Amino acid sequence: MNIQGENKSRNIVLGLTPLWLVIGIFMIGPLLIMAGVSVMEPNVYGGVYFKFDLSGYRQILFDTNLFDEMEFNPAYVIIILRSFVLAVSATIISLIIGFPAAYFISRQPDNVKNILIFLVTIPFWTNLLVRTFAWIIILGKGGVIESSFSFFGLLNEDDSLNLMYTNFAILIGLVYSYLPLMVLPIFSSLEKLDVRLLEAASDLYSSRMEIIRRVIIPLTLPGIIGGSILVFVPCLGAFIAPDLLGGGKKLLLGSLIQFQFSTARNWPFGAAVAMFLLSLVVIVLVINARINSKHEDLQKHV
Amino acid sequence: MFRKNKFRHVWDFPGFSGWTAIFFGFLYVPIFVLVCYSFNSSSYAMIWTGFSFRWYEKLFFNDDILQAAYNSLIIAITAAPMATAIATISALVIVRGGGFRGKEFSSGLITLPLMVPEIVTAVATLIFFATLGINLGLINVIIAHTVFCIPFAYMPIKAALEAMDPNLELAARDLYSDKNSAFRYITLPLLTPGILSGFMLAFVISVDDFIITLMVAGGGSTTLPVYIYSMVKMGVTPEVNAVSSLLLAFSIIFVTGYWFLNKKSS
Repeated sequence: MNIQGENKSRNIVLGLTPLWLVIGIFMIGPLLIMAGVSVMEPNVYGGVYFKFDLSGYRQILFDTNLFDEMEFNPAYVIIILRSFVLAVSATIISLIIGFPAAYFISRQPDNVKNILIFLVTIPFWTNLLVRTFAWIIILGKGGVIESSFSFFGLLNEDDSLNLMYTNFAILIGLVYSYLPLMVLPIFSSLEKLDVRLLEAASDLYSSRMEIIRRVIIPLTLPGIIGGSILVFVPCLGAFIAPDLLGGGKKLLLGSLIQFQFSTARNWPFGAAVAMFLLSLVVIVLVINARINSKHEDLQKHV
Repeated sequence: MFRKNKFRHVWDFPGFSGWTAIFFGFLYVPIFVLVCYSFNSSSYAMIWTGFSFRWYEKLFFNDDILQAAYNSLIIAITAAPMATAIATISALVIVRGGGFRGKEFSSGLITLPLMVPEIVTAVATLIFFATLGINLGLINVIIAHTVFCIPFAYMPIKAALEAMDPNLELAARDLYSDKNSAFRYITLPLLTPGILSGFMLAFVISVDDFIITLMVAGGGSTTLPVYIYSMVKMGVTPEVNAVSSLLLAFSIIFVTGYWFLNKKSS
């Protein structure tokens, strides 16, 4: 393996060929084919007819009625809006729960800090399906919450709080799934925070709220934005939480896409929704890259 | 300075420690509850009647679960080394190759599976295999897993390479070692903990994957998470709790091993 000196460019090409081939064929290839399928005619048995047809995209907004006229159909717009609102709420809640924790961890001595950060990452590496399923035991009928309520006489034996299959249950599931992803980037920008700046602010008679608002938050903004994107993007396309905790009744974008391929068998429509989700993600990532380069420019000038 | 009488430091905020305790409670209580209920002797998942191992014993007589676990292992044992191998040479070229054309593009390719929402990758891969008529059972799943394992294997390997002192290899060259043996006896041994870490992360990610496997796997290639999903859909039973707890324990042991490995090498 020589990538210095003679044969350098040949070896660079050789070394990267497996990567280009595997990602190119099995990641970019499928995405291109999916883009193609999204503009073809659906076959009712799954799959497509190779004929150009924009019905997949049209179906997101319109329905064809009995007289072959197009009618506005709000059903999928509602799903898109619900995904958006839930993803934004999950991001804000994760930020509120995660930021103080990230701050507290970043101010610990090194050995404690390492262990705590490791504890934050463990759930990320464990099975998301299993972790979400654990919430059924907690929120479900006769589950941990309901049985403790009835134990204290707050709930009659046959009554139910009906916590499951609600937007609230989905929201808890989403926050629980992606909370570690909020904490890690915030933690790494908090670690770089110079505490002398906090002392300076305090010496200049800043209150604690002002220190948080005007010193800590502006200086850790890249971490906050990074964490928010890491939570927001997977929430938009989430499938497990809406499926298990929403009972598949409250569809989100992710479960809508999955449904088109498992049950409804309308591939072009499913592919069109997937393309829509993918473009949303690309927009978010581009905005993030813009903000980051701006922030770097700012820091260079300071 | 008088402010410091009230609190220890200006950078200590009151209530943050309690908040952090709640934060960790939120992360771990559900896992704890799940594991506790897997030892419940009652046949009803939600009603506690007593401690028992019976659901764990039952797992070992459930052929479907054993088959699913076996599939999961076969897939991870094949996909994780392939992803690690690709990640290792890519990292060597990208970190050591200097500023060559296509460097940004190649790093972008590696992170692509992390950027694209999982459900999109899942259906795109399903469409890909279906339209091309590739139906090789487990091999389809192994290919899909190799792709999304690459970025996870890549991260620790790249970090290890960046932390390594390139002068060590140059010193070996000065001492008349040829290029290949300098790589074999200096770079590779120093990089081994990084490669091993990458492999372990790829392995865990492969075993835990659910959505992509659900869409790509055909009838005979059900994996453990997909099997758990079908069990949960039919109703929560203590048996699901038991198999889920085992899967959790597996990941936690692996990731803890990874953590100790990294702690030692750094």
